Amino acid sequence: MLGWDWQFTLEILPRLLGGLVVTIEATITGFIIAIILGLFLALGRRSENQWIAQPIGAFVEFIRSTPLLVQLFFFFFVLPRYGLRLPAFVVGTIALGLHYGTYTSEVYRAGIDAIERGQWEAATALNFSPLRVWTGIILPQAIPPMIPALGNYLIGMFKESAQLLAITVTELMLTARVIGTETFRFLEPITMAGLLYFLLSYPSALIVQRLEARYARKS
Amino acid sequence: MHANHSQGSTTDPIVRFEKVTKAFGELTVLRELNFEVGPQEKITIVGPSGSGKTTILRVLMTLEEPNDGVIYVDGEPLWHEEKNGKLVKASEKHLRKVRGKIGMVFQHFNLFPHMTALRNVTEAPVHVLKMPKGDAEERAKMLLDQVGLGDKMEHYPAQLSGGQKQRVAIARALAMRPKVMLFDEVTSALDPELVGEVLNVIRELAEEGDMAMLLVTHEMGFAREVSDRVVFFDKGQVVEQGPPADIFDNPQSERTKAFFSAVLRH
Repeated sequence: MLGWDWQFTLEILPRLLGGLVVTIEATITGFIIAIILGLFLALGRRSENQWIAQPIGAFVEFIRSTPLLVQLFFFFFVLPRYGLRLPAFVVGTIALGLHYGTYTSEVYRAGIDAIERGQWEAATALNFSPLRVWTGIILPQAIPPMIPALGNYLIGMFKESAQLLAITVTELMLTARVIGTETFRFLEPITMAGLLYFLLSYPSALIVQRLEARYARKS
Repeated sequence: MHANHSQGSTTDPIVRFEKVTKAFGELTVLRELNFEVGPQEKITIVGPSGSGKTTILRVLMTLEEPNDGVIYVDGEPLWHEEKNGKLVKASEKHLRKVRGKIGMVFQHFNLFPHMTALRNVTEAPVHVLKMPKGDAEERAKMLLDQVGLGDKMEHYPAQLSGGQKQRVAIARALAMRPKVMLFDEVTSALDPELVGEVLNVIRELAEEGDMAMLLVTHEMGFAREVSDRVVFFDKGQVVEQGPPADIFDNPQSERTKAFFSAVLRH
């Protein structure tokens, strides 16, 4: 058994932090994709036109019921066969955004369903355009209570972005593993990677809990 | 069919129901209803609960689509538009044009909780009527003053009492300058001590006179006081109608008599 080497830990820390930056970039980019895509998926699923609602519903259920890794491999290994070759980071963020977009779409759906029918009726009675009903009346009320749930998915994405190592994105987890294989020491890089994940996700989870408590009090 | 009504005449009805039928599944709530509202007429609709009186207001506000029949507002069909001499289902554009002549105040207020009282009143004039924001605010302040809430403009609905909320809702509907205003049991959700302040506002509007008003209410004393005509409605049809004194003091139909004797006993 090898003991913990502080000197080595300090030496590899900058590389690990570099990996962490890639992890954060992938998470944030993926999250932006997820919250925008999720809104359109939720609106599409509510469409009165069944030719829109049904395929979107099937798509959401399919993505939600398959592992993120399948989507990563599909975009990274299958699509290039058909001429669509994208950088690993781009593939990773798109797959993350797509996967979590299906989850956030359910958050939007629940949030929109929670708006009382009377709000829609008042909006109709005042003759607002359909677009203005969404942007002025429904979404401003529906989105704030969704923030804790969206925050939980953000934290989930941050941790699951480790799977991007499977398609060679040198985020935190792959960086730690590469250091391990180069130096034959896995204890410090893997432990430190875990610690870095923890240092970001745990305080974020506390913030989300506080937001949840605040909305619970309000309603 | 009288499809060629000229618009804006002072004697033509502002609202006309022609054989309007509305059913929810097996339950028919409006049964080939024929019904007219004069341009400045104040009408109270009374009747047993579940008789469909609220549905009259809801199909007129386009919240429920009738199964059959035609509703005319200011001479134009509401749920239909004319194409090649035939009435076809109205487009969203047509619906918005005709719907703009109607306003509604709801039992449960339905104020927008994320906006102040003032913004509740300015929002539709700014975004629907495209009124400049300054003008809309000036008018909103006047209307809120009129309903006695000049000092509550920056309050959010959650900070207001039920009676205050309902008065904001009335100001909000007035801001759109409707030709017909619908009041759907607007005091039913209020604590008894707050009913008076809301009825006072409606009474003043009735006295001003230019707007047609259609009220569904259980406040019989108030109905007698403000209405030009009382309509007794039951099982999807008008059973009896006339001036308040006739309907309340000398009802002809057995159903009307039974209803009033039950209501007034309470």
